[in-house]
Amino acid sequence: MKKIGFIIVSILLMGTLLVSGCAKGGDSQEMLQIKGSDTELSLVQRMAEQFMQENETKVAVTGGGSGTGIAALINGEVDIANASRPMKDEEVEQAESNGVEPVPIVVAMDGLSIIVHPNNPVENLTVEQLGAIYRGEITNWADVGGSDLEISLYGRQNNSGTFVFFRDAILKNDYSENMKRMNGNAQIVEGVKTDAAGIGYVGVGYVVDTAGNQVEGLRVLKVAKDENSPYVSPLNKKDVMSGAYPVARALYQYTNGTPEGALLDFIKFELSDQGQEIATEEGFFPVPDDIKPENNNNLQ
Amino acid sequence: MNRFKEKLYKTFFLGNAFIVVLILAGIFILLIKNSLPAFSKISVGEFLLGPVWNPGGYDESSFGILPIIISTLMVTIGAMLFSVPLGILTAAYIAEVASPREKEIIKPVIEVLAGIPSVVVGFFGIVVLGPWIAQIFNLSNGLNAINGSILLGIMSLPTIISLAEDAITAVPDDYRQASLALGAGKWTTLVRVVIPAALSGITAAVMLGMGRAIGETMTVLMATGNAPAMPKSFLGSVRTMTATVAIELGEVPFNTTHFYVLFAVGLVLFIMTFLVNLASDIILQRYQEVE
Repeated sequence: MKKIGFIIVSILLMGTLLVSGCAKGGDSQEMLQIKGSDTELSLVQRMAEQFMQENETKVAVTGGGSGTGIAALINGEVDIANASRPMKDEEVEQAESNGVEPVPIVVAMDGLSIIVHPNNPVENLTVEQLGAIYRGEITNWADVGGSDLEISLYGRQNNSGTFVFFRDAILKNDYSENMKRMNGNAQIVEGVKTDAAGIGYVGVGYVVDTAGNQVEGLRVLKVAKDENSPYVSPLNKKDVMSGAYPVARALYQYTNGTPEGALLDFIKFELSDQGQEIATEEGFFPVPDDIKPENNNNLQ
Repeated sequence: MNRFKEKLYKTFFLGNAFIVVLILAGIFILLIKNSLPAFSKISVGEFLLGPVWNPGGYDESSFGILPIIISTLMVTIGAMLFSVPLGILTAAYIAEVASPREKEIIKPVIEVLAGIPSVVVGFFGIVVLGPWIAQIFNLSNGLNAINGSILLGIMSLPTIISLAEDAITAVPDDYRQASLALGAGKWTTLVRVVIPAALSGITAAVMLGMGRAIGETMTVLMATGNAPAMPKSFLGSVRTMTATVAIELGEVPFNTTHFYVLFAVGLVLFIMTFLVNLASDIILQRYQEVE
């Protein structure tokens, strides 16, 4: 009785091993690996799903932050690195010394949105005030026109492209040590929704639902370049694409060398009308006309 | 023929044990090999006692892990404050007072508690415990050390309870009988005779629970806010060593100072857990002789 049991278990084990071996080797379809920015995650996932409905190629998209995606590209592990910030010089150097030639493509535009709790009376901030708040120099909402509450900062972690972009563009110095480092855009949204003194920065795709209306439970602040400029909202397509919104940024994808074959097909799909419409539905903005020539150059 | 078979079995079992030791040694060597290069760039003192953790800094990087060590110690001690009394009392209840029917219900429940994945516990911390804590202490949010402590306490409870319960059950009946014979009541016996007699086992249980709390990653990553500032109180956000490594190791380019320093953090964690386990072993051994 025991012996039979032993034989059955051994056969099952061997069977499992054989089957798993088959699944890896026998694939004749190509599989594209995409990794990186959490901001771009749901956007690229939707584009991938749409692409897979019309093509045989399989596309796998994961998050981890822009830094993680770029590191994976440098290590030769992925086909595309989603990056919500451009690659740093050291990263490009490292890539090249690894035999990887990073080619950038802008896949959408983002109006990085500053969110606060709906009960917070503050509606507008200048870039200078925003920087001071996140550097930890302004610590009370009363100093910027709000109630007497200690400001509760939410931000991303240092693997995030958004973290780096916001720091380099707005703070021009280090973040406050008291800023809470959250795992992704969604966590920041959830945090600020329940925190009356909270402030956070998230990709505009996370404050807008599929119909293009602002999500409930949050207030999106208008930002001005300086005290003399108008306060602009990230929900306004024209202002983000023209650069009037001070915290607008390009969302990148990096490939190793000029893309070819199935990879090129996927990227062309993303930049096509269909792909750009998905970007708009997700709450982001399409690639502006002045960036299109650069994209086309890089794809040749 | 039989002697050969015996030798074969012995070698087979020895081989398996050897593999386990090899794995542990391998991990230790990996940690040392990848953390030593860090100390050519920064001194050990700067690393362990530096008050600023800012590896990807705007102007320059600082690799001081003092706030991070303190954060880990805070949540661990907080977890122990929560789970040790609760755990020992529950263990005593299960071992001495509970009826068989009650045992049948409580023991499986504890085992299920042990099996809950750490992400789920972290999720519970963000969605349920956080807002409660914010309300009770009148804070704007619940992502702080208390949240982390309670969650870690919940996760170490099953370990502490089962081992403490074993320790209490192992106390010879003679002790109880002698105490009762001298006129002590049931509760006095439990509190002043049985538990002190089981103290070595209970201490070992607590140490193991502590080891669990030190090494837990996902839960604290989700529920403590990860702010790298030096913690000022249990009501502020903290950043543990485990969370730091988890957040940063994925994106750091290989073989940079930051990379090596993260391994050094891992080494510190390894050493801490090792010392805790060593202490628990010594305590167990020393007091076992008494019985």
